[in-house]
Amino acid sequence: MTVTENSQQDGRTADNGVDVEALLGAREVLKGAPEAAQFTWRATSTWTHGVHSTSSIENYFGLGEEQHHKTRTTFDIDHPEVFAAPDNGITPIEFLLVGLAGCLTAGVASVAQNRGIQLRSVEATVEGEHDIRGILGADPDVRNGFNDVKVTFHIDADASKQEIEALVAQSQKRSAVFDALTNPTNVSVEVA
Amino acid sequence: MVLERGQVANSWRTERWDSLRLLTPNWLNRLPGLPYDGPDPDGYLAMGEVVALVERLASVTAAPVRTETAVTSVRRTDGGYRVTTDAGEIEAGTVVVASGAFNRPAVPPLAAAVPASVLQVTPFAYRHPAELPDGGVLVVGASASGVQLAAELARSGRPVTLSVGEHVRMPRTYRGRDVLWWMDASGVWDERFDQVDDLDRARRLPSPQLVGTPARATLDLNALADLGVELVGRLAMVRDGKALFSGGLANVFALADLKLERLLDAFDSWAVGAGVEDEVGPPERFAPTRVPASPRWQLDLGSGAIRTVLWATGGRPDYSWLDVDVLDAKGRLRHEGGVVDSPGLYALGLPVLRRRRSTFLHGIDDDARAVVEHLAGHLG
Repeated sequence: MTVTENSQQDGRTADNGVDVEALLGAREVLKGAPEAAQFTWRATSTWTHGVHSTSSIENYFGLGEEQHHKTRTTFDIDHPEVFAAPDNGITPIEFLLVGLAGCLTAGVASVAQNRGIQLRSVEATVEGEHDIRGILGADPDVRNGFNDVKVTFHIDADASKQEIEALVAQSQKRSAVFDALTNPTNVSVEVA
Repeated sequence: MVLERGQVANSWRTERWDSLRLLTPNWLNRLPGLPYDGPDPDGYLAMGEVVALVERLASVTAAPVRTETAVTSVRRTDGGYRVTTDAGEIEAGTVVVASGAFNRPAVPPLAAAVPASVLQVTPFAYRHPAELPDGGVLVVGASASGVQLAAELARSGRPVTLSVGEHVRMPRTYRGRDVLWWMDASGVWDERFDQVDDLDRARRLPSPQLVGTPARATLDLNALADLGVELVGRLAMVRDGKALFSGGLANVFALADLKLERLLDAFDSWAVGAGVEDEVGPPERFAPTRVPASPRWQLDLGSGAIRTVLWATGGRPDYSWLDVDVLDAKGRLRHEGGVVDSPGLYALGLPVLRRRRSTFLHGIDDDARAVVEHLAGHLG
């Protein structure tokens, strides 16, 4: 999820399908109503068998009240056969890549819309470098998470190379997932 | 009358480090009725010279300055304002708040988690490298203060780590002219506060990475890396005595590099339109900011390697004496181009007060004229 900076470029129009007016309107309203800007996103997860679980997402809190998606979405989470698992779904750490790609791509589309840049295609490849000796406990000096994440964009648009680079930079600047991955976050895990 | 809590040019005397020089070249420091007439128009004033300049202004204009008079309260009255000072009360029809935007260092709350074994200083109190313990320094913030102090401390032989968030990159000279000549001449600084796209952002913009030296050297992040300064991401958290930095360093470099490129493009097209192509050198482009192969994202502040944290994280105004309801939720003065949201109350000397040039010394000329005109109208 991203909100773009306000920098409509004169005389250029584009239709990338992003309702920038609504986003900019929300920005103005929420400037004066910070309490309505407090959202809680939720996922619930159920163990199935082995390292397979299913996770569902339907409700969230925002704009001062409970909200819900149009439909409930369920994801299978598992591990691949090289991890001696049946591979009923993608691995949890791959969901982070999905989130990052989705967030940055939404940002590119929104910023492009706001700047009047017509997009023709946007493709992103996200690669996370991961030394699995960490999670296996094989080497205490190796961390559990990614050592490095690399995103490569291929963008075809009515814009100069410099403008496209600026889209991608601005998208990172306003990306929730980019922030969540690049900055530490307090995480508390409790047993209810 | 002009009330001054200390001596004329107090903050320039007491809240600046020894090696600091103005970012603006001398010819740009024109003040009302005081154009630059010295021998070095392209030089940059040292702090003692700034004090002399402001004293000269006070004397040339015969300004009725009451020094050593600290204002402790300003309150609305029926006819205007009651100004309480440590030397008595004054009734005033109008008041101009010209106390500046940087009265207190803006140190982030996470400073409280820095281990007690590490000395913490701000540019308000720092004077010169010899005051600091030997050993490593973490400089937080890469505006003009941060890059200047990182360079000074690296040259003193200390290992320096510089934590870099969003910043404004600028070469000292462009096409043979001071980059601020371009800002001035091309009209960038003439943009009015009510034309600026995002005024809040413009007013919060960090100062450009510039230093005033006789050699007119550029002090960007590449220059700092050449001095051996280690560049790390924005300081996000101090946890268990470890400083944790953002992993988004490459993007703050990209944002600043792209913004610089757009600025230089704008200068170039202005130069063509204004017909000054022949008076300046050929267009230049600068190498991108080099991203370290694997930027450090944590630093153990308790290991003894870092002896000092220098918070170059900017300043904020102190309006604790202003007992009038004119501050916004973030403690900033509510004003429209210097006309404060309370009849007869005005502001001068704030970033982008009326135009982008308001941020700099010479911006006071036009700003003062406009604000005084409104003030005179208010008095009828």
